[in-house]
Amino acid sequence: MPPAPRLQPPSMTAVLDRCQALFDDLAFSSVRAWKEAVPGRKAIGYMPIYVPLEIIHAAGMLPVGILGGGDQLEVIHGDAYYQSYICRIPRSTVELGVTGRLDPLDGMLFPSICDVIRNLSGMWRMMFEGKYVRYFDVPQNYQDSVGGSYYIRELETLRDDLAELGGRAITDDDLRESIRVYNDHRKAVRALYDFRAARPWRAPTAEVYLVMRAAMVLTVEEHTALIEDYLAAAAAEDRPPRDNCRVVLTGAFCEQPPLGVIKSIEMAGCYIVDDDFMLITRWLLDEVPTDADPLANLSRAFLHHGCATSAKFEPEKQDKGRFLIDSVRRNRAEGVIFVAPSFCDPALLDRPMLQDALTDQNIPYTAFKYAENSGQTQPIREQAGTFADSIKLWSA
Amino acid sequence: MSVTSTTPPPVVQKEDSMLRQKAMIAANYTALSEARDKGRKVVSTFVPGNLNELLMCFDLVRNLPEINALQNGLRKKSGRYIVEAERNGHSEDVCAYVKADLGMMLSGTGPAGAPLPAPDVLLLSYTGCFTFMKWFELVRQEYDCETVMLHVPYQGDGTITSNMRDYVVKQLKEDVIPTLERVSGVKFDIDRLRGYLAESAKAEDDLVWVLQSARRRPSPIDAYFGGVYYIGPIFTAFRGTAETSAYYAVLREEVADRLAAAKGPTTPEGELADERYRLVVEGPPPWSNFREFWKMFYDEGAVVVASTYTKVGGLYDFGFRHDPEHPLESLADYCLGCYTNLDLPTRVDILCRYLEDYDADGLLINSVKSCNSFSAGQLLMLREVEARTGRPGAFIETDLVDPRYFSPANVKNRLESYFQMIAQKRGRAAH
Ligand code: SF4
Ligand code: SF4
Repeated sequence: MPPAPRLQPPSMTAVLDRCQALFDDLAFSSVRAWKEAVPGRKAIGYMPIYVPLEIIHAAGMLPVGILGGGDQLEVIHGDAYYQSYICRIPRSTVELGVTGRLDPLDGMLFPSICDVIRNLSGMWRMMFEGKYVRYFDVPQNYQDSVGGSYYIRELETLRDDLAELGGRAITDDDLRESIRVYNDHRKAVRALYDFRAARPWRAPTAEVYLVMRAAMVLTVEEHTALIEDYLAAAAAEDRPPRDNCRVVLTGAFCEQPPLGVIKSIEMAGCYIVDDDFMLITRWLLDEVPTDADPLANLSRAFLHHGCATSAKFEPEKQDKGRFLIDSVRRNRAEGVIFVAPSFCDPALLDRPMLQDALTDQNIPYTAFKYAENSGQTQPIREQAGTFADSIKLWSA
Repeated sequence: MSVTSTTPPPVVQKEDSMLRQKAMIAANYTALSEARDKGRKVVSTFVPGNLNELLMCFDLVRNLPEINALQNGLRKKSGRYIVEAERNGHSEDVCAYVKADLGMMLSGTGPAGAPLPAPDVLLLSYTGCFTFMKWFELVRQEYDCETVMLHVPYQGDGTITSNMRDYVVKQLKEDVIPTLERVSGVKFDIDRLRGYLAESAKAEDDLVWVLQSARRRPSPIDAYFGGVYYIGPIFTAFRGTAETSAYYAVLREEVADRLAAAKGPTTPEGELADERYRLVVEGPPPWSNFREFWKMFYDEGAVVVASTYTKVGGLYDFGFRHDPEHPLESLADYCLGCYTNLDLPTRVDILCRYLEDYDADGLLINSVKSCNSFSAGQLLMLREVEARTGRPGAFIETDLVDPRYFSPANVKNRLESYFQMIAQKRGRAAH
C-alpha cells in the first residue's frame, strides 16, 4: 500500500521519536494496529538473518523481524527453556512468545542461521500449535543448477504455504511488484549507508540503527519513506565533524547489542561507517530483476549477489574475509570492531579467520562480546576508546 | 554396588568384538600415519552423514576429526588442546570438539601419538550441525588441498522431501564425485559402491538387533556407555567393509549369549548383575570424564537401555538401511536422517517411543555446553516427554571434551536424587 502523500518532511526529532517508540514497543502495537486497520490482514514473523521478504509482501502480509527482547524485557519464563551456556536471544524470544506479545503474528519463519534458531523452529511448533511455522533453509551450494534449483523449490513451497494461509493465490505479477518495492527499499537503505559513510557526524549510528530497526515492524513502503525523511532531516541538520576514527562493526547480525553499547562505541571516539545490523535489508546487494521468472530472479540474486556473513559458507578459501576487507576499503575505515553475542557460534567461530584476513592486510581490530541485556557499557567504552586512540596514534 | 565382584575387570577387554574393534581403529591410525609413504590419498571428513562407502570407492584413507577429538578426550589430552586453541584466539564459548581438534593440529601429533598426515581433500558433509561448516573452514585454513562440501538440508518439519533428496544427490553427482575422482585418480564405479552399501546394510541389521536387545530385562547391554563402542565401526571409517560386517556378527553372537544367560551389561568393573534402573539418555557423553561418569551409573545399578547419541551417525532402528538398489538416493537419505538433523518434535517422538518400547523408568538429558545442535531446546523436550509418558526426567550439564565443565560432585548428586525419585515413584505405584 503506498504511503499517504506528505506535504512537508517531518523534523529529525519527529523521525527519531517515532523510531524510538517503535523500538521500545515490545507489545508490537504497530503490527496489531496494521492488522486491525483491515480485517483479515496477516503478519509473519521472521528471525535473523535472511528470508525472502518479497514473498511475504506478495502475499499481502506484513513481515515482522523478531530480534529478541533487548535490555528492557524481563525474562521470567524464557530461562526455564534453556541450559546455562547459550546466547540470550532464544530465551527472550520465547519470553515474547509465551507472554502473548507475539500473538499478532500468524506465522513464524526460522532461517538457517545456526542450530539455536534451527531448534527454536521445532520448539515453536510444539509451543504454538496452530500457528504457521517454517524452518527456512537456504542453499550453501551456490551453483544455479544445484543450490539454485533446490532454492527455487523452497521458494515455491513458501509461496504456496503463504497463499494457503492468506486464502489467495500469489501470482508472478504479485511477486514482480514486490521485488520492485523491495528494490526501492534496497536503494533507500544503500543511500542511508552511503550517507553515513560519507558524513558519519551527520548520521550517528545510534540514530541509523533506530531507523533501521523500524524496518522490522513497518511496511516496506512506509520504511522507504522513513529513510528518506531521515536523510532529508540529517542533511538539513548542522552537526560538526569530530576527530573520530572510522570503524566497521561486524558480528552483530543476530542478537542485538543494547543501544547503550552502540552509543558507547561512538562516544569513545569511533564513527561506525559500516555494520551488519539488520542485514536482511542489505543481504541482496543489487537490484533484483523485475522481469521473467521472479523466483528464479530471487534465487540468482541470493546465490550470486548476496553479502558474506558468518552464517554462510565461503566456498573459496582465498575469499574468506574479502567482503569485510572490501567494506573497510570502500568505506575508508581505519579498523574493525568485532562485536558478538556471548555464545554466538557463527560469529565466534568465524572471528579468528576474519581476524587473520585483516592481519594480512594490516587492518587493526579489537573484539568484545555482549548480551542483549548487558548493563555494563563502561568496559566497552574504555576498550573502544583505547582502540580509537591507538588508531589515531598509528595513523599520525 | 551392583557389579559382581567375582567377575574380573578385564572381561570387557577379552570379548572378541572388542579386540576386533581395537584392531580396526589402530589399523586406521596406522594407515593414516603410513599414507604418505605408501602413496595413499587421505580425506578428512565428519562423522554424521559421512560418505564412507563412497570414499572407499576412491581408495581414500579416512580421517575423522571428531573421532580424534573424542579419542583425545578419552586419553585426557583434550583439555590441554582446548586451552591451546583458546590461547590461539578461539573463543571459550564455542564447541570444544573444534578446539580439541585445532589444538591437536597445533601440537602436531595425532591421538595415537604419530602425526596425522595433511589431507589431500577435505569433504564436508554438512549434516545436523552448523558448527561443522565453520570447523571445516577453520581446518581448510591450515591446508592447501582440494575441498568439497555437501550441504544436507535440515528436516525442519520432520520429513525428507523429494527436493531435499534431489539436492543432495545432485551435489554428489556434480560436485562430490568429480572432486573425489580428480583427487584420487580413481574412476567412480557405482557397482563398487553398491557392494559396499550391501555390506553396510548387513552390519546395520546386526547393530539394530544388538541395540534392541536392551528391550529385555535385564538388558544384556548398556546402550549408551557400551553403545558408544558398538557404534564405533559403523559410524566411522569402516562402514561398508567386510570386517565391519564380521564385527557386528560377532557382537550379535556375544549379546545373544548374554541374553540367553540372562546376563547384564559389561562394565569396566565386570558384569552389572542387578539392574535397578532403566534409563533413556539424550545427549553425548562427557568423553573427558567418561569412566567416572559411567561409574556413577553402574554403581547404582542404572542401565541405559536406549540413547540418542548412538544415532548421530545414522538412525537405523526405525527401518532405514543403505540400499544398493538406490545407491546415491540412499546415501542422501542416510545423511538427511541422522539424529541431529531431525526436528525437535520428531526427537520428542523418538524419546517417547524409546521410553515405552524399552520399558524405561525415565529420561536423563545430558546437556553439553559445546553443542547447540543437541542442547538447544532440550529442557522443553524433557517437559514434553515427561508430560506424554508420565515418566520422570532429569537434566544435567557437562561437556563432551572440555573437562572444565564436568563437575563430578554436582553430577553425582543430581543422578543420585534422580534415582531416588524413580525409586519413590515406583514405591508409590506399588501401593
Ligand atoms: S546469537 Fe548467534 S548463536 Fe544465538 S541464535 Fe543468533 S546466530 Fe545463533
Ligand atoms: S556442535 Fe555438537 S554436533 Fe556440532 S561439532 Fe560440536 S559437538 Fe559435534
